[in-house]
Amino acid sequence: MTNQTQSSENTFSFRQIDLRRRGRTRETIIQGFLFLCGFLSIFVTFGIIYELGKESLLFFGNQQWSSTNKPLAAAIDDQQTAFEIGTQGTAIQEEAVYRIENEVIFVETVAGTQVTAQRGYQESLAAAHREGLTLETELRPGLQEFFTGTEWAPQNGKFGILPLLNATLIVSGIAILVAVPLGLATAIYLSEYASNRARNVLKPLLEILAGVPTVVYGFFALTFMTPLLRSMLGNDVVNIYNMASAGIVIGILILPFVSTVSEDALSAVPRSLREAALSLGATKFETAVRVVVPAAFSGIAAAVILAASRAIGETMIVAIASGAGPNFTFNPFQAAETMTGHIVRISGGDMSYNSIDYNSIFAVGLMLFIMTLALNIFSQRIVRRFREIYE
Amino acid sequence: MSTLRKRREFIESEQQLAARHTKGKIWLAAFQIALLVGVLVLVVLLLTIINTSFGYSAVENEVDPENLAVNGVPLEELPQEALVEILTQNISAGLFARFESEQPVAERPAEELYDLIQEHVISPQVKESWNLVDSLTRRGEILAVIETKYPEAELKFFSWVNWDFVRSQQSSHPEIAGIRTAILGSVWTIAIAIFFSLPVGIAAAIYLQDYAPDNFINRVIQTNINNLAGVPSIIYGILGLAIFVRAFGFFTSGIAFGAADPSTANGRTIVSAGLTLGILVLPLVIINAQEAIKAVPNSLREAGFGLGATRWQTVWSHVLPNALPGVLTGSILAVSRAIGETAPLIVIGASTFIQVDPGGPFSKFTTLPAQIYQWTVRPQGAFHNIAAAASLVLLVLLLALNATAILLRNRYSRRY
Repeated sequence: MTNQTQSSENTFSFRQIDLRRRGRTRETIIQGFLFLCGFLSIFVTFGIIYELGKESLLFFGNQQWSSTNKPLAAAIDDQQTAFEIGTQGTAIQEEAVYRIENEVIFVETVAGTQVTAQRGYQESLAAAHREGLTLETELRPGLQEFFTGTEWAPQNGKFGILPLLNATLIVSGIAILVAVPLGLATAIYLSEYASNRARNVLKPLLEILAGVPTVVYGFFALTFMTPLLRSMLGNDVVNIYNMASAGIVIGILILPFVSTVSEDALSAVPRSLREAALSLGATKFETAVRVVVPAAFSGIAAAVILAASRAIGETMIVAIASGAGPNFTFNPFQAAETMTGHIVRISGGDMSYNSIDYNSIFAVGLMLFIMTLALNIFSQRIVRRFREIYE
Repeated sequence: MSTLRKRREFIESEQQLAARHTKGKIWLAAFQIALLVGVLVLVVLLLTIINTSFGYSAVENEVDPENLAVNGVPLEELPQEALVEILTQNISAGLFARFESEQPVAERPAEELYDLIQEHVISPQVKESWNLVDSLTRRGEILAVIETKYPEAELKFFSWVNWDFVRSQQSSHPEIAGIRTAILGSVWTIAIAIFFSLPVGIAAAIYLQDYAPDNFINRVIQTNINNLAGVPSIIYGILGLAIFVRAFGFFTSGIAFGAADPSTANGRTIVSAGLTLGILVLPLVIINAQEAIKAVPNSLREAGFGLGATRWQTVWSHVLPNALPGVLTGSILAVSRAIGETAPLIVIGASTFIQVDPGGPFSKFTTLPAQIYQWTVRPQGAFHNIAAAASLVLLVLLLALNATAILLRNRYSRRY
C-alpha cells in the first residue's frame, strides 16, 4: 500500500513510489523449484543412459573361462616360463590369454608341445601347478560376436544377441502386419465414412483396447490365441509357446494406437481438398485413398513408426506367450525369446549383482533403448519434414 | 460416324463409372470389417476372461470336512479349542513345530486356525477345471469324465471371482488362494508413485507452460519429456533395479531407518517399486497437465497481471484452479496406466510367493498384475482360472478409474 496518498490539514504530500525492480525472493525460489522439477526429466534420461552404459561396459569387459581340455604334461613351479603340454584337447593359440587354476598366463609362443608364457598375468598370482591341470581359454563378449553370433547363453560364453533380436523383429513384424492394415482401414472409415454419432461411440470403444493391461493380453494370447492357432494349423505345426500368437495379440494392442493417431491426421486434412476431389468426379473411396491419405501421410507414417516402437518394447505378452529360452529361428510358430522377454525372465529370479546375467540385461536393455529411441526420433523427424501445412 | 464413336466412349466410361463405384463399395465393406474385427476382439477378450472365471471343477479333498465335524457341529462353527485339537491331530509334527515357532498355535484366533485346517488338513485339490461355456453345454460329458478319471472327486461349480477371493491371502492351492496381498501391494506402490509424480509432474508442467522462455534448454527439456514417454516400461524397470534397488538399497530396504533387519533385507521393496512407477508415469503426467494448462485462456493470465499480481500469484489463483479438472483427469489416466504395469515390477523384484500383507514402504511386495503373471505362467489349469478372476478384478478397477476420469472431465470441463 505504498501508493496511498496521505493528506494532512493544509498540504498534500506524496510518499515516494519506488518504481525500481525489486528482487522477489519468494517468486525466485518458486521459479527455481519449478525449473528443477522440469529439469528432473533430463536427470532421468541421463540416469538411463549412464546406468545402461555403465553396466553394458561391464558386460563387454566381462571375462569368462572355458576349458580347452589341454593338460599340463608335467608339474610346473611358480617361476617356470617354458613348459610342456599334452597332445589332447584343442590347440593353444600364440599371443593369447589362458588360465590355469586361478593364475592367468599370456602364451607367447607355441612350438609343438613346448609353450613359453608370461606368468602371473593380469595381476593374478603365479603359483605352482601340478601335472594334468587343464588350460582354460578366455571368452570375452566382443562387439562383433554380440551383433553376429547366433547363440545367446552368457553363462556359457555365447554372446550373440541375434536370436533375441531376431525374435523381437519377427514378433513386432507380425504385430505391424496385423495393426497397420486394420488400424488404417478403421481410421479411414471413422474419418471419411462414419457419422458423428457412430464415431463418438466407436472411438472410445477401440481405445478401451489400449487401456487393457498388457498382462491381461498375455493371458489372452496364451489361453485364446494360441489354442485358436493350434486348432487351425495343427498341434504339430504350432508350438504351445510361439511368436505368432504373441505377435498377433501385440498387433491388437497397438491397433487403437495406429487408428487413433491416423484418424487425427486424416481429420486434420481440410474439407476443401475433399470437396475439390469430389467435384472433379472422384468417388468417395477415390477421394479418401488418392487425396486424403496422401495428404495425411506424415501423420500416418509417424503413427506406424511409433506403434512399431511400442511393439518392440512390449514385454508381458511375449514373456507369457512366446516362450522362454533364446532360439534362432525364422519360423513364427516356434517358441523364441525376445529381448524384453529375456530381461524379464533373467531378472525375475533372485540374481546376484555382479553376475554376467545381471550385466547382460543391461546390454540387452541398452540395445532396446537405442532401437526405440531411434524410432521415436525418426517419427518426429517425419512429422516435421513431411508435414503439409494448411490454412 | 464420329458421333457414334463418341457415344461408344461415353457408354464405356459409364461402365467404368459403375466399376469404380463397385470398387468403392467393396473397399467400404473392407473398412467396416476392419473396424468390426477390432470391436470383436475386445468382446472376445472380455468373454475369454469371463469364460475362464467361472465353471465346474473336480475337487478332491484329502480329508472330508464332514469327518472333521465334532458331534455334528460343522467345522466352521467349532470353537477355537476344538480347532486346535483337529490341527494337532491331523498335521505332521514338523509342520506343527513350524507353526508353533511362528506363533503358538493355541493362541491363534479361530479364523486363522480354520484357514490353516483348510490348507493343510482338508487340502482340497482341483484335479481338473472347465470353463463356463463347457460347464453349461457339456455337463454330461464332464460328469462322465469325473466318474471315470477322479472317482474320489466332487463336482463343484466355482465362481472363481468372489468375495473370499478378494479377501484371502495367496496360497499354493488355487481354490483358496486370494489377492488381498496383491491388492494391498498395488495400493501401496501406486500411492507412493502418486505422491512422487503428481507434485513434480504438475510443477514441471507449470514451468514449461507458464515460465519457460523459448530457449535451447527448455526446448531440450520438452523434447526429452516427449522422448521419455516413448521409452519402453521395462527400461524403467532396469533403471529402478540399478538405482533404487541396488545403489540406494541402504535406504530403500529400510536399513537406514532401522525399519528392517540388515542381514536379510534388500532393496526389492515397495518404496523402490513406487518410485520406479512414479518415474515411469512422470512424462505422462507432465504431458497431460501441460495440455490442461494450455487450455486455460491467456486472457485470464493477462487479467491477473493487469491487476498487479505476480506470475506465481496468477498461476496459483487463476491458472491452476481453472486447469485442475483437466490436470486431475490426465493424472487419473496416467495412474491407471501405472496400475496395469507389470514388467518393471517384475524386474524390480515383485516377489513370486508372499503371504504376508505389506506393512509399510519397506515390505516385500507383489502387485495385482504381477500376481496375474505368476499365475498365468503356471501350467496347472486352476491357476489360469484364478488368473482370469484376478484379471477381471483388475479390469473392473481400471474401468472404474477411467469412468471417474471421464465423469470429472464432463462435469468440470469449461469452454472458453
